[in-house]
Amino acid sequence: MSSWFEKHLPKIVLAPSFIAIILFVYGFIAWTAWVSFTKSRLMPKYDIVGFIQYDRLFDSPRWDVAINNLFIFGFLFILISMFLGLIIAIFLDQKIRIEGALRTIYLYPMALSLIVTGTAWKWMLNPGLGLEAVIKNLGFNNFTFDWLINPDFAIYTVVIAGVWQASGFVMALFLAGLRSVDQEIIKAAQVDGVPTVKIYTAIIIPSMTPVFLSAFIVLAHLAIKSFDLVIALTGGGPGYATDLPATYMYTMAFSRGDIGQAASSAIIMMIVVFSVVVPYLYSELRNKNDQ
Amino acid sequence: MINSVGKNQLNKIILRIFLYLILSVFVIYYLLPLFVMITTSLKSLEEIRTGSLIALPRNITFEAWGTAWSTACTGIRCEGLKPFFWNSIFIAIPAVIISTLIGAINGYVIAQWRFKGANIIFALMLFGCFIPFQVILLPMARVLGLIDLAGSISGLIFVHVIYGIGFTTLFFRNYYVSIPVELVKAAKIDGATFLRIFWSIFLPLSLPITVVTVIWQFTQIWNDFLFGVSFSEAGTQPITVALNNIVNSTTGVKEYNVDMAAAIIAAMPTLLVYIFAGKYFIRGLTAGSVKG
Repeated sequence: MSSWFEKHLPKIVLAPSFIAIILFVYGFIAWTAWVSFTKSRLMPKYDIVGFIQYDRLFDSPRWDVAINNLFIFGFLFILISMFLGLIIAIFLDQKIRIEGALRTIYLYPMALSLIVTGTAWKWMLNPGLGLEAVIKNLGFNNFTFDWLINPDFAIYTVVIAGVWQASGFVMALFLAGLRSVDQEIIKAAQVDGVPTVKIYTAIIIPSMTPVFLSAFIVLAHLAIKSFDLVIALTGGGPGYATDLPATYMYTMAFSRGDIGQAASSAIIMMIVVFSVVVPYLYSELRNKNDQ
Repeated sequence: MINSVGKNQLNKIILRIFLYLILSVFVIYYLLPLFVMITTSLKSLEEIRTGSLIALPRNITFEAWGTAWSTACTGIRCEGLKPFFWNSIFIAIPAVIISTLIGAINGYVIAQWRFKGANIIFALMLFGCFIPFQVILLPMARVLGLIDLAGSISGLIFVHVIYGIGFTTLFFRNYYVSIPVELVKAAKIDGATFLRIFWSIFLPLSLPITVVTVIWQFTQIWNDFLFGVSFSEAGTQPITVALNNIVNSTTGVKEYNVDMAAAIIAAMPTLLVYIFAGKYFIRGLTAGSVKG
């Protein structure tokens, strides 16, 4: 008895977590998927009726705005964060004496809650007393910077705050990548008189493809899940101009009481996340098994 | 000859100055919001309205800090951030401890006691780390209601533990996998049991990864907003939700100094962790997101 117990103890220890993951991750996904094919409104119904919720979703102008915003925000957020992150990493990699201190400063936003970030930028971007007023006081009386309350531009304020939060982290990833490039090759190129810029564009950056891929995955994942930042910065407004899929889902679930719409939008989000992450994880796991 | 060396030297110096200039611009960019938050929180409302966003406070006052801590209104209640600060502490501490312990033992099993199917379980946990949580919000709200944890601190601890296990297991598994399996084999020959090996061999080796995991979990849970806003009620909200309510409450005069003081209070714990244990914070960040 006791030897049977000892033999199976590892499995017994892992079992509760396994059951919890199956139930609370995969079971819940299945539940949400199921409900997304029903007529559920305020209360969940369980009779499958087909794609009616998805039809409603794609007919909804608000969802249209949310998806558009996700593309605008995701594209700019990823592109600018990567660009800034790479630039800073390269500059920091030039034997800067106070590198440690600078790194600490560039990376601290990552420790903050997005609600804090949103609150700070909401105050700085507010047109009456914020940065607009600062520029005006410098003598540029006609300067306007009202993106926060302008429905056509409000989504770009989310980009500004998002980039501020995440670009330091991308810098850290790239810096680690730069340092792992084979120093012998770089030295050889220097001896041959290859100019520094050429060394970066022709040797170092091309060899960092995996780091670019990691940074892309992390940022894309952050972008799709973005919720807190929008809530704190714009509240999804003006109107619903800065809605993202995550805020759409939340509104449907908890203020509109439209469970069907909440479920179908959540499933779409999951499909988008998995279409980015699954190929990456799959290749990572396969590479590991090959070794 | 001497001339060209001198010219080279000069070029180098100019390049260095340019380099430091650019790096300083970025320092300003990253520090400006923090600077503005701190200075605004120390100004009076009068000074905020008449002065400049980026000016230093003329008369430093801590009034806004007092208000933010103990009397600011979050919706209908006006008790400041204090009760919510404690809510976050009471949520984060148990959730961090429980999820870290579970992750340690899970990681030990998966890395060192590879039974059939262990890798599949690990892969399932890994994918679980990446789901957008929107997809589990609705059923979780119902389940918390069914098991009588809806709107409670215990409910939030439960949710954070469940969805933290994936990451904590990942951290410990990746750490333990580098310990040679021969160690376990030798210990088994000496008659050591499963738990004995974990307790006397693995736990003593685990300090660095435990620090990384605890910091990662604490930051995640302290900064969480989605679970907090979805699964809490008026008295049990975590600090992020309370902060958002203070900032976005529409009643009365907009007190920017109080908003900023509140934001700094909410940011303080994770910021302190970052300042004093930044190395471990970054290690968790890269391990958690890259190796994922």
